[in-house]
Amino acid sequence: MRIFDPHIHMSSRTTDDYEAMHAAGVRAVTEPAFWGGQPRTSAATFCDYFDSLVGWERFRAAQFGIRHHCTIALNPKEANDPRCREVLDALPRYLAKDGVVAVGEVGFDSMTSEEEKVFARQLELAAEHELPVLVHTPHRDKAEGTRRSLDLVTASGLPPERVLIDHLNEVTVDLVADTGCWLGFSIYPDTKMDEHRMVRIFAEHGLDRMIVNSAADWGHSDPLKTAKTGRAMFEAGFSEDDVDRVLWRNPVEFYGQSGRLLLDPVEADPTAAFEGNSVLRGQRPR
Amino acid sequence: MRSTQNVTDVLEPAARTRWAELIDEVAANPTRIAVLFPAAARAIARGPVDPADPDGLITPRVEDEVRIALLRAAARRWDTSELTADLTALYRHGDAEEKRAVLRALDHLDLGDALLPLVHDALRSNDLRLIAAALGTYAARHLDDHAWRHGVLKCLFTGVPLDAIAGIAERGDAELARMVRTYVAERRAAGRPVPQDAHRVLQLCTPDPTAGEQDQED
Repeated sequence: MRIFDPHIHMSSRTTDDYEAMHAAGVRAVTEPAFWGGQPRTSAATFCDYFDSLVGWERFRAAQFGIRHHCTIALNPKEANDPRCREVLDALPRYLAKDGVVAVGEVGFDSMTSEEEKVFARQLELAAEHELPVLVHTPHRDKAEGTRRSLDLVTASGLPPERVLIDHLNEVTVDLVADTGCWLGFSIYPDTKMDEHRMVRIFAEHGLDRMIVNSAADWGHSDPLKTAKTGRAMFEAGFSEDDVDRVLWRNPVEFYGQSGRLLLDPVEADPTAAFEGNSVLRGQRPR
Repeated sequence: MRSTQNVTDVLEPAARTRWAELIDEVAANPTRIAVLFPAAARAIARGPVDPADPDGLITPRVEDEVRIALLRAAARRWDTSELTADLTALYRHGDAEEKRAVLRALDHLDLGDALLPLVHDALRSNDLRLIAAALGTYAARHLDDHAWRHGVLKCLFTGVPLDAIAGIAERGDAELARMVRTYVAERRAAGRPVPQDAHRVLQLCTPDPTAGEQDQED
Protein backbone atom coordinates (compact mmCIF):
# COMPACT_ATOMS: atom_id res chain seq x y z
CA MET A 1 0.00 0.00 0.00
CA ARG A 2 1.59 3.34 -1.05
CA ILE A 3 0.12 6.31 0.76
CA PHE A 4 0.10 10.06 0.20
CA ASP A 5 -1.36 11.71 3.31
CA PRO A 6 -2.74 14.92 1.79
CA HIS A 7 -3.39 16.65 5.13
CA ILE A 8 -1.21 16.08 8.18
CA HIS A 9 0.44 18.57 10.55
CA MET A 10 3.81 16.89 10.93
CA SER A 11 5.37 19.81 12.84
CA SER A 12 3.31 18.56 15.79
CA ARG A 13 4.33 14.92 15.44
CA THR A 14 7.29 12.88 16.68
CA THR A 15 10.04 10.99 14.90
CA ASP A 16 8.30 7.79 16.07
CA ASP A 17 5.30 8.87 13.99
CA TYR A 18 7.50 9.38 10.92
CA GLU A 19 8.96 5.87 11.38
CA ALA A 20 5.53 4.28 11.87
CA MET A 21 4.10 6.14 8.86
CA HIS A 22 6.94 5.00 6.63
CA ALA A 23 6.49 1.42 7.83
CA ALA A 24 2.76 1.67 6.99
CA GLY A 25 3.49 2.81 3.44
CA VAL A 26 3.41 6.61 3.66
CA ARG A 27 5.87 8.02 1.13
CA ALA A 28 4.58 11.57 0.71
CA VAL A 29 2.59 14.11 2.71
CA THR A 30 1.18 17.59 2.43
CA GLU A 31 1.22 19.71 5.58
CA PRO A 32 -1.31 22.53 5.46
CA ALA A 33 -0.60 25.73 7.36
CA PHE A 34 -3.11 26.00 10.20
CA TRP A 35 -3.37 27.40 13.70
CA GLY A 36 -1.03 26.20 16.38
CA GLY A 37 -3.39 25.24 19.20
CA GLN A 38 -2.98 28.64 20.84
CA PRO A 39 -3.36 31.99 19.13
CA ARG A 40 -0.53 33.65 17.27
CA THR A 41 -0.27 37.40 17.82
CA SER A 42 1.76 38.71 14.89
CA ALA A 43 2.53 38.27 11.21
CA ALA A 44 6.17 37.59 12.09
CA THR A 45 5.39 34.39 13.94
CA PHE A 46 3.40 33.17 10.93
CA CYS A 47 6.44 33.76 8.75
CA ASP A 48 8.61 31.71 11.11
CA TYR A 49 5.98 28.95 10.87
CA PHE A 50 5.89 29.12 7.06
CA ASP A 51 9.71 29.03 7.00
CA SER A 52 9.62 25.77 8.97
CA LEU A 53 6.98 24.29 6.62
CA VAL A 54 9.14 24.91 3.55
CA GLY A 55 12.39 24.24 5.40
CA TRP A 56 13.04 22.27 8.54
CA GLU A 57 9.93 20.03 8.38
CA ARG A 58 10.58 19.18 4.75
CA PHE A 59 14.10 18.18 5.68
CA ARG A 60 12.96 16.23 8.76
CA ALA A 61 10.45 14.18 6.73
CA ALA A 62 13.14 13.32 4.18
CA GLN A 63 15.27 11.88 6.99
CA PHE A 64 12.53 9.26 7.35
CA GLY A 65 12.11 8.56 3.64
CA ILE A 66 8.98 10.72 3.24
CA ARG A 67 8.47 13.53 0.71
CA HIS A 68 7.01 16.62 2.39
CA HIS A 69 5.00 19.40 0.73
CA CYS A 70 2.95 22.14 2.30
CA THR A 71 0.10 24.56 1.71
CA ILE A 72 0.36 28.19 2.82
CA ALA A 73 -2.42 30.48 4.02
CA LEU A 74 -3.80 32.55 6.85
CA ASN A 75 -6.20 30.11 8.54
CA PRO A 76 -9.85 31.12 9.11
CA LYS A 77 -9.65 31.13 12.89
CA GLU A 78 -6.78 33.62 13.02
CA ALA A 79 -8.18 35.65 10.12
CA ASN A 80 -10.27 37.35 12.80
CA ASP A 81 -7.25 38.89 14.50
CA PRO A 82 -6.13 42.15 12.81
CA ARG A 83 -2.57 41.58 14.05
CA CYS A 84 -2.45 38.26 12.17
CA ARG A 85 -4.12 39.58 9.00
CA GLU A 86 -0.96 41.54 8.19
CA VAL A 87 0.54 38.24 7.06
CA LEU A 88 -1.61 38.42 3.91
CA ASP A 89 0.98 40.82 2.48
CA ALA A 90 3.75 38.24 2.93
CA LEU A 91 1.82 35.28 1.46
CA PRO A 92 2.86 35.85 -2.19
CA ARG A 93 6.52 35.42 -1.25
CA TYR A 94 5.72 31.98 0.19
CA LEU A 95 3.28 30.90 -2.51
CA ALA A 96 6.17 31.25 -4.98
CA LYS A 97 8.30 28.65 -3.19
CA ASP A 98 9.16 25.16 -4.41
CA GLY A 99 7.54 22.99 -1.72
CA VAL A 100 4.22 24.87 -1.72
CA VAL A 101 1.56 22.88 -3.59
CA ALA A 102 -1.64 24.77 -2.69
CA VAL A 103 -3.17 27.73 -0.91
CA GLY A 104 -4.63 26.49 2.38
CA GLU A 105 -6.15 25.93 4.79
CA VAL A 106 -8.58 28.67 3.90
CA GLY A 107 -12.29 28.66 4.74
CA PHE A 108 -14.59 29.48 7.61
CA ASP A 109 -14.38 29.01 11.37
CA SER A 110 -17.15 31.16 12.86
CA MET A 111 -18.32 32.58 9.53
CA THR A 112 -17.51 36.21 10.30
CA SER A 113 -17.24 38.91 7.65
CA GLU A 114 -13.48 39.11 8.31
CA GLU A 115 -13.14 35.40 7.61
CA GLU A 116 -15.04 35.84 4.40
CA LYS A 117 -12.82 38.72 3.20
CA VAL A 118 -9.64 36.78 3.98
CA PHE A 119 -11.04 33.63 2.32
CA ALA A 120 -11.98 35.56 -0.84
CA ARG A 121 -8.62 37.33 -0.99
CA GLN A 122 -6.79 34.01 -0.73
CA LEU A 123 -8.89 32.52 -3.53
CA GLU A 124 -7.64 35.43 -5.64
CA LEU A 125 -4.07 34.61 -4.62
CA ALA A 126 -4.62 31.00 -5.71
CA ALA A 127 -5.68 32.22 -9.14
CA GLU A 128 -2.71 34.60 -9.37
CA HIS A 129 -0.22 31.87 -8.41
CA GLU A 130 -1.98 29.12 -10.39
CA LEU A 131 -2.22 26.93 -7.31
CA PRO A 132 -4.95 24.56 -6.08
CA VAL A 133 -6.85 25.46 -2.89
CA LEU A 134 -7.46 23.45 0.27
CA VAL A 135 -10.70 24.55 1.97
CA HIS A 136 -11.27 23.76 5.65
CA THR A 137 -14.96 23.36 6.54
CA PRO A 138 -15.95 24.45 10.05
CA HIS A 139 -16.63 22.25 13.06
CA ARG A 140 -19.69 24.27 14.07
CA ASP A 141 -22.57 24.75 11.63
CA LYS A 142 -20.63 22.65 9.12
CA ALA A 143 -23.33 22.33 6.45
CA GLU A 144 -23.93 26.08 6.29
CA GLY A 145 -20.16 26.70 6.31
CA THR A 146 -19.73 24.24 3.46
CA ARG A 147 -22.49 25.92 1.42
CA ARG A 148 -21.00 29.38 1.92
CA SER A 149 -17.54 28.05 1.05
CA LEU A 150 -18.86 26.64 -2.23
CA ASP A 151 -20.55 29.97 -2.99
CA LEU A 152 -17.26 31.81 -2.54
CA VAL A 153 -15.42 29.27 -4.69
CA THR A 154 -18.02 29.72 -7.45
CA ALA A 155 -17.81 33.51 -7.20
CA SER A 156 -14.01 33.36 -7.45
CA GLY A 157 -14.19 31.79 -10.89
CA LEU A 158 -11.60 29.18 -9.97
CA PRO A 159 -12.04 25.88 -11.85
CA PRO A 160 -13.72 23.51 -9.34
CA GLU A 161 -11.18 20.77 -10.04
CA ARG A 162 -8.54 23.03 -8.47
CA VAL A 163 -10.45 23.10 -5.14
CA LEU A 164 -10.50 20.47 -2.37
CA ILE A 165 -13.30 20.83 0.19
CA ASP A 166 -12.02 19.12 3.33
CA HIS A 167 -13.35 17.61 6.57
CA LEU A 168 -16.57 16.41 4.94
CA ASN A 169 -18.94 13.84 6.47
CA GLU A 170 -22.25 12.10 5.71
CA VAL A 171 -24.12 15.38 6.17
CA THR A 172 -21.98 17.49 3.83
CA VAL A 173 -20.82 15.02 1.19
CA ASP A 174 -23.88 15.56 -1.01
CA LEU A 175 -23.36 19.33 -1.04
CA VAL A 176 -19.98 18.88 -2.74
CA ALA A 177 -20.51 15.68 -4.74
CA ASP A 178 -21.83 17.36 -7.90
CA THR A 179 -19.79 20.56 -7.83
CA GLY A 180 -16.64 19.25 -9.54
CA CYS A 181 -14.59 20.07 -6.45
CA TRP A 182 -12.52 17.35 -4.76
CA LEU A 183 -13.97 15.80 -1.59
CA GLY A 184 -11.71 15.47 1.45
CA PHE A 185 -12.40 13.37 4.55
CA SER A 186 -10.39 13.52 7.77
CA ILE A 187 -10.34 10.19 9.59
CA TYR A 188 -10.07 10.78 13.33
CA PRO A 189 -10.10 8.47 16.36
CA ASP A 190 -13.20 10.14 17.85
CA THR A 191 -14.54 13.10 15.90
CA LYS A 192 -15.03 13.90 12.19
CA MET A 193 -15.04 10.56 10.33
CA ASP A 194 -13.92 7.04 11.16
CA GLU A 195 -12.61 4.55 8.59
CA HIS A 196 -15.73 2.35 8.57
CA ARG A 197 -18.10 5.27 7.97
CA MET A 198 -15.67 6.35 5.26
CA VAL A 199 -15.92 2.99 3.51
CA ARG A 200 -19.72 3.27 3.52
CA ILE A 201 -19.47 6.67 1.82
CA PHE A 202 -17.16 5.16 -0.82
CA ALA A 203 -19.67 2.36 -1.40
CA GLU A 204 -22.42 4.91 -1.94
CA HIS A 205 -20.57 7.68 -3.82
CA GLY A 206 -17.70 5.89 -5.58
CA LEU A 207 -14.04 6.92 -5.59
CA ASP A 208 -14.10 9.80 -8.06
CA ARG A 209 -12.34 12.89 -6.59
CA MET A 210 -12.35 11.24 -3.15
CA ILE A 211 -9.44 12.05 -0.84
CA VAL A 212 -8.73 10.68 2.63
CA ASN A 213 -6.39 12.18 5.22
CA SER A 214 -5.45 11.72 8.87
CA ALA A 215 -5.36 15.48 9.62
CA ALA A 216 -3.17 14.40 12.54
CA ASP A 217 -1.94 17.35 14.58
CA TRP A 218 -1.20 18.25 18.21
CA GLY A 219 -4.56 16.91 19.38
CA HIS A 220 -5.89 13.41 19.82
CA SER A 221 -5.36 12.04 16.32
CA ASP A 222 -3.72 9.15 14.52
CA PRO A 223 -1.18 9.53 11.68
CA LEU A 224 -1.89 5.94 10.58
CA LYS A 225 -5.59 6.54 9.84
CA THR A 226 -4.90 6.63 6.10
CA ALA A 227 -3.44 3.10 6.25
CA LYS A 228 -6.31 1.95 8.49
CA THR A 229 -8.80 3.28 5.96
CA GLY A 230 -7.01 1.28 3.26
CA ARG A 231 -7.34 -1.88 5.36
CA ALA A 232 -11.02 -1.16 6.00
CA MET A 233 -11.48 -0.81 2.24
CA PHE A 234 -9.88 -4.22 1.66
CA GLU A 235 -12.13 -5.77 4.32
CA ALA A 236 -15.17 -4.30 2.58
CA GLY A 237 -14.13 -5.85 -0.73
CA PHE A 238 -12.45 -2.92 -2.47
CA SER A 239 -9.55 -3.89 -4.73
CA GLU A 240 -5.86 -3.04 -4.50
CA ASP A 241 -6.35 -0.61 -7.38
CA ASP A 242 -9.26 1.10 -5.55
CA VAL A 243 -7.13 1.62 -2.45
CA ASP A 244 -4.20 2.91 -4.50
CA ARG A 245 -6.51 5.32 -6.25
CA VAL A 246 -7.86 6.81 -3.01
CA LEU A 247 -4.64 6.79 -1.00
CA TRP A 248 -2.17 7.74 -3.71
CA ARG A 249 -3.39 8.63 -7.22
CA ASN A 250 -6.21 10.97 -6.20
CA PRO A 251 -4.15 13.23 -3.90
CA VAL A 252 -1.28 13.15 -6.43
CA GLU A 253 -3.67 14.26 -9.18
CA PHE A 254 -5.08 17.06 -7.03
CA TYR A 255 -1.81 18.53 -5.71
CA GLY A 256 -0.05 17.69 -8.98
CA GLN A 257 -1.96 20.60 -10.50
CA SER A 258 0.63 22.83 -8.79
CA GLY A 259 3.38 21.30 -10.94
CA ARG A 260 5.52 21.21 -7.80
CA LEU A 261 5.10 17.70 -6.35
CA LEU A 262 8.29 15.74 -5.78
CA LEU A 263 7.50 12.03 -5.62
CA ASP A 264 10.70 10.21 -6.51
CA PRO A 265 11.86 8.08 -3.58
CA VAL A 266 13.94 9.86 -0.99
CA GLU A 267 16.62 7.86 0.81
CA ALA A 268 16.86 8.53 4.51
CA ASP A 269 20.31 9.98 5.20
CA PRO A 270 20.92 10.39 8.94
CA THR A 271 24.14 12.28 8.29
CA ALA A 272 22.48 15.03 6.28
CA ALA A 273 22.08 18.49 7.75
CA PHE A 274 19.60 21.30 7.18
CA GLU A 275 21.30 24.70 7.33
CA GLY A 276 24.00 23.06 9.42
CA ASN A 277 21.63 21.32 11.86
CA SER A 278 20.61 17.65 11.90
CA VAL A 279 17.96 15.48 13.56
CA LEU A 280 20.69 13.76 15.53
CA ARG A 281 21.18 14.61 19.19
CA GLY A 282 24.70 15.23 20.40
CA GLN A 283 26.29 13.55 17.42
CA ARG A 284 27.94 15.52 14.68
CA PRO A 285 26.49 14.56 11.31
CA ARG A 286 29.99 14.21 9.91
CA MET B 1 40.27 28.38 -7.43
CA ARG B 2 37.26 29.87 -9.11
CA SER B 3 35.95 27.87 -12.03
CA THR B 4 36.51 29.14 -15.54
CA GLN B 5 33.04 27.85 -16.41
CA ASN B 6 30.43 30.51 -16.98
CA VAL B 7 26.75 30.24 -16.10
CA THR B 8 25.77 30.81 -19.72
CA ASP B 9 27.87 27.77 -20.69
CA VAL B 10 25.70 25.48 -18.58
CA LEU B 11 22.27 26.95 -19.41
CA GLU B 12 20.16 25.54 -22.23
CA PRO B 13 19.11 28.12 -24.87
CA ALA B 14 15.46 27.88 -23.76
CA ALA B 15 16.46 28.59 -20.16
CA ARG B 16 18.54 31.57 -21.28
CA THR B 17 15.50 32.93 -23.11
CA ARG B 18 13.27 32.50 -20.03
CA TRP B 19 15.94 34.16 -17.90
CA ALA B 20 16.07 37.17 -20.22
CA GLU B 21 12.27 37.42 -20.06
CA LEU B 22 12.33 37.39 -16.25
CA ILE B 23 14.98 40.11 -16.20
CA ASP B 24 12.79 42.22 -18.51
CA GLU B 25 9.79 41.61 -16.26
CA VAL B 26 11.69 42.83 -13.19
CA ALA B 27 13.08 45.79 -15.10
CA ALA B 28 9.53 46.78 -16.06
CA ASN B 29 8.03 46.14 -12.62
CA PRO B 30 10.65 45.68 -9.89
CA THR B 31 8.12 44.76 -7.18
CA ARG B 32 7.56 41.47 -9.05
CA ILE B 33 10.90 40.33 -7.67
CA ALA B 34 9.13 39.35 -4.43
CA VAL B 35 7.63 36.31 -6.20
CA LEU B 36 10.04 35.86 -9.15
CA PHE B 37 13.11 35.63 -6.92
CA PRO B 38 11.96 32.63 -4.81
CA ALA B 39 10.61 30.85 -7.91
CA ALA B 40 13.69 31.57 -10.04
CA ALA B 41 15.42 28.19 -9.70
CA ARG B 42 12.21 26.34 -10.55
CA ALA B 43 11.50 28.68 -13.46
CA ILE B 44 14.98 28.76 -15.03
CA ALA B 45 17.46 26.18 -13.76
CA ARG B 46 19.48 25.07 -10.78
CA GLY B 47 22.77 23.27 -10.30
CA PRO B 48 26.47 23.90 -9.89
CA VAL B 49 28.41 25.92 -12.45
CA ASP B 50 31.54 24.13 -11.25
CA PRO B 51 30.81 20.41 -10.68
CA ALA B 52 33.72 20.27 -8.25
CA ASP B 53 31.92 22.83 -6.05
CA PRO B 54 28.37 21.40 -5.78
CA ASP B 55 27.23 23.71 -2.97
CA GLY B 56 28.52 26.81 -4.72
CA LEU B 57 30.81 27.74 -1.85
CA ILE B 58 33.38 29.27 -4.22
CA THR B 59 31.70 29.52 -7.61
CA PRO B 60 28.08 30.77 -7.47
CA ARG B 61 25.57 28.17 -8.62
CA VAL B 62 23.33 28.64 -11.65
CA GLU B 63 20.36 29.75 -9.54
CA ASP B 64 22.55 32.26 -7.70
CA GLU B 65 23.53 33.88 -10.99
CA VAL B 66 19.92 33.90 -12.14
CA ARG B 67 18.77 35.61 -8.94
CA ILE B 68 21.69 38.06 -8.88
CA ALA B 69 20.74 39.19 -12.38
CA LEU B 70 17.14 39.80 -11.21
CA LEU B 71 18.42 41.91 -8.31
CA ARG B 72 20.69 43.91 -10.61
CA ALA B 73 17.70 44.60 -12.84
CA ALA B 74 15.67 45.80 -9.85
CA ALA B 75 18.61 47.87 -8.63
CA ARG B 76 18.61 49.87 -11.86
CA ARG B 77 15.04 50.99 -11.09
CA TRP B 78 15.16 51.48 -7.34
CA ASP B 79 16.87 54.00 -5.12
CA THR B 80 19.13 52.80 -2.34
CA SER B 81 16.47 52.80 0.38
CA GLU B 82 13.99 50.79 -1.72
CA LEU B 83 16.67 48.33 -2.70
CA THR B 84 17.87 47.99 0.90
CA ALA B 85 14.33 47.32 2.13
CA ASP B 86 13.64 44.74 -0.53
CA LEU B 87 16.94 42.91 -0.19
CA THR B 88 16.23 42.70 3.53
CA ALA B 89 12.76 41.27 2.89
CA LEU B 90 14.02 38.77 0.31
CA TYR B 91 16.64 37.63 2.78
CA ARG B 92 14.19 37.49 5.70
CA HIS B 93 11.65 35.38 3.81
CA GLY B 94 14.19 33.40 1.83
CA ASP B 95 15.27 29.82 2.31
CA ALA B 96 19.00 29.16 2.53
CA GLU B 97 19.42 29.20 -1.25
CA GLU B 98 17.59 32.52 -1.62
CA LYS B 99 19.59 33.98 1.28
CA ARG B 100 22.81 32.84 -0.37
CA ALA B 101 21.86 34.63 -3.58
CA VAL B 102 21.05 37.85 -1.72
CA LEU B 103 24.44 37.70 0.02
CA ARG B 104 26.21 37.07 -3.28
CA ALA B 105 24.35 39.95 -4.90
CA LEU B 106 25.76 42.38 -2.31
CA ASP B 107 29.11 42.10 -4.07
CA HIS B 108 27.52 43.48 -7.25
CA LEU B 109 25.42 46.32 -5.81
CA ASP B 110 26.70 49.64 -4.60
CA LEU B 111 24.93 49.79 -1.26
CA GLY B 112 27.36 50.98 1.40
CA ASP B 113 27.19 49.26 4.76
CA ALA B 114 23.39 49.24 5.16
CA LEU B 115 23.10 45.50 4.47
CA LEU B 116 25.69 44.43 7.03
CA PRO B 117 22.94 42.98 9.30
CA LEU B 118 22.42 40.29 6.65
CA VAL B 119 26.12 39.43 6.71
CA HIS B 120 26.08 39.22 10.51
CA ASP B 121 22.99 36.98 10.38
CA ALA B 122 24.65 34.63 7.89
CA LEU B 123 27.83 34.44 9.96
CA ARG B 124 25.77 33.43 13.03
CA SER B 125 24.37 30.45 11.11
CA ASN B 126 25.94 27.01 10.84
CA ASP B 127 25.17 26.79 7.15
CA LEU B 128 28.36 26.55 5.10
CA ARG B 129 26.61 27.99 2.04
CA LEU B 130 25.66 31.16 3.92
CA ILE B 131 28.96 31.57 5.73
CA ALA B 132 30.82 31.27 2.41
CA ALA B 133 28.54 33.70 0.59
CA ALA B 134 28.71 36.21 3.46
CA LEU B 135 32.48 36.66 3.11
CA GLY B 136 32.62 38.03 -0.42
CA THR B 137 33.90 41.40 -1.54
CA TYR B 138 31.04 43.22 0.24
CA ALA B 139 32.18 41.91 3.63
CA ALA B 140 35.83 42.49 2.71
CA ARG B 141 34.97 46.13 2.06
CA HIS B 142 32.48 46.87 4.85
CA LEU B 143 32.59 44.33 7.69
CA ASP B 144 34.39 45.51 10.84
CA ASP B 145 37.73 43.88 11.68
CA HIS B 146 36.48 41.85 14.63
CA ALA B 147 33.52 40.28 12.81
CA TRP B 148 35.53 39.70 9.65
CA ARG B 149 38.33 37.87 11.52
CA HIS B 150 35.78 35.74 13.36
CA GLY B 151 34.15 34.94 10.03
CA VAL B 152 37.49 33.69 8.67
CA LEU B 153 38.04 31.61 11.80
CA LYS B 154 34.55 30.16 11.50
CA CYS B 155 35.41 29.06 7.97
CA LEU B 156 38.41 27.13 9.30
CA PHE B 157 36.22 25.56 12.01
CA THR B 158 33.37 24.57 9.73
CA GLY B 159 35.29 23.64 6.59
CA VAL B 160 34.37 26.52 4.29
CA PRO B 161 37.30 26.65 1.84
CA LEU B 162 39.56 29.65 2.07
CA ASP B 163 39.03 30.36 -1.64
CA ALA B 164 35.47 31.35 -0.73
CA ILE B 165 36.72 34.35 1.25
CA ALA B 166 37.49 37.60 -0.55
CA GLY B 167 40.33 39.85 0.53
CA ILE B 168 42.40 37.64 2.84
CA ALA B 169 45.67 39.05 1.51
CA GLU B 170 44.44 42.63 1.94
CA ARG B 171 42.66 42.33 5.29
CA GLY B 172 44.56 39.55 7.01
CA ASP B 173 46.49 41.07 9.90
CA ALA B 174 48.55 40.17 12.96
CA GLU B 175 45.42 39.67 15.09
CA LEU B 176 43.93 37.18 12.63
CA ALA B 177 47.28 35.39 12.54
CA ARG B 178 47.27 35.21 16.34
CA MET B 179 43.75 33.74 16.36
CA VAL B 180 44.66 31.16 13.74
CA ARG B 181 47.90 30.20 15.53
CA THR B 182 45.85 29.61 18.71
CA TYR B 183 43.44 27.48 16.72
CA VAL B 184 46.34 25.47 15.26
CA ALA B 185 47.81 24.97 18.73
CA GLU B 186 44.46 23.72 20.07
CA ARG B 187 44.09 21.26 17.19
CA ARG B 188 47.59 19.92 17.80
CA ALA B 189 47.02 19.66 21.57
CA ALA B 190 43.91 17.59 20.84
CA GLY B 191 45.82 15.38 18.42
CA ARG B 192 43.63 16.51 15.54
CA PRO B 193 44.78 17.32 12.01
CA VAL B 194 45.24 20.98 11.12
CA PRO B 195 43.48 22.05 7.94
CA GLN B 196 45.76 23.18 5.16
CA ASP B 197 43.75 26.38 4.91
CA ALA B 198 44.95 27.38 8.40
CA HIS B 199 48.51 27.41 7.15
CA ARG B 200 47.50 29.34 4.08
CA VAL B 201 45.87 32.02 6.22
CA LEU B 202 49.05 32.31 8.26
CA GLN B 203 51.15 32.58 5.10
CA LEU B 204 48.89 35.26 3.71
CA CYS B 205 48.78 37.46 6.80
CA THR B 206 52.12 36.95 8.53
CA PRO B 207 55.24 38.86 7.46
CA ASP B 208 57.47 36.08 8.84
CA PRO B 209 57.55 33.42 6.08
CA THR B 210 58.29 30.59 8.55
CA ALA B 211 55.16 31.32 10.59
CA GLY B 212 52.98 29.33 8.26
CA GLU B 213 55.28 26.30 8.33
CA GLN B 214 53.26 23.28 7.35
CA ASP B 215 52.42 20.18 9.34
CA GLN B 216 53.46 16.98 7.68
CA GLU B 217 50.54 15.09 9.23
CA ASP B 218 47.91 16.87 7.13
